[in-house]
Amino acid sequence: MGLEAKLNKDGFVTTTLDAIIAWARKSSVWPMPMGISCCAIEMISAADPKYDLARFGSEVMRFTPRQCDLMIVAGTVTYKMAQVVRRIYDQMPEPKWVIAMGACTSSGGMYRSYNVVQGIDQFLPVDVYTAGCPPRPENLINAVMTIQQKISKTKARDFQDIPLLNLETAKN
Amino acid sequence: MQFKELVTEKLKNQFSDSIVEVTDFRDDLSVLIKKEKIVEVAKFLKDDGDLQFAMCKDITAIDWATRKKRFTIVYQIFSLRNNFNLRIKANLDEEPWQIESVTSVWPGANWYERETYDMYGVIFSNHPDLRRMYMPEGFQYHPLRKDFPVLGIPGSLPLPKVIK
Repeated sequence: MGLEAKLNKDGFVTTTLDAIIAWARKSSVWPMPMGISCCAIEMISAADPKYDLARFGSEVMRFTPRQCDLMIVAGTVTYKMAQVVRRIYDQMPEPKWVIAMGACTSSGGMYRSYNVVQGIDQFLPVDVYTAGCPPRPENLINAVMTIQQKISKTKARDFQDIPLLNLETAKN
Repeated sequence: MQFKELVTEKLKNQFSDSIVEVTDFRDDLSVLIKKEKIVEVAKFLKDDGDLQFAMCKDITAIDWATRKKRFTIVYQIFSLRNNFNLRIKANLDEEPWQIESVTSVWPGANWYERETYDMYGVIFSNHPDLRRMYMPEGFQYHPLRKDFPVLGIPGSLPLPKVIK
């Protein structure tokens, strides 16, 4: 990045707080591996040494939603599973992002059926849709990079704590 | 005597009036019986020393949609002793679609009957725990019935509320 050279010369850099916070955020996106079916195998491949999701700071798959920024919904979401996916999403701290990985999560895919949700955007705010059945690891990495671009445009004040409970109404 | 003939003969001797039809198609022996006799026939097939149909492989139903006898319940059973598969069928002729449970004979039939109940709405009387198997509790319909639309009935399965 040439940052080292700059530090050697001047010993400091000037930037904005927004930029540095966004940079820190996008460089350490910790995914929640919501691997429900076959897409999960490709998601695992994306994290392995060949494709190496670690290059983008996203190798830390956390199995507790409380430590995650990014939910990768990888697999067919049935109506019964939708409740679980949403509950896990709700437990993730803000700010958070969602990747709909593969055809099933994006649109129901080949399961045009009574029991499969025809696109998880019916109950989750999706940031990036990934095509493929299942998508190749490169495709998932591309989705993570798109998320990074999206994060780099954010400002710190976008994510100020919004109280979940309106205390005034809760009193009454 | 072949085992197939032995099964047929034994069943016909024991239940002469409740065996409706015996068919042998492509080496698959299949016996259509009256639905009232299902538990007796099952018990006989399991306990008979020569037959020993100890394993219930599957229970399912067929929805004929337009026929008067709308549902056929199909039992796939297996004799480990003789390495022989047998299919028992029973037609249900009137509502409520109901048949006696065979869990008293084969405990493994429990979940198969729950699944059949979930998908076809056939009630297995005297079943120890007849709940839905796959669909959420409170769901009103039985998806594998022919009059159920492939894409389901809008609003019948609740989704979490949309954010924002």
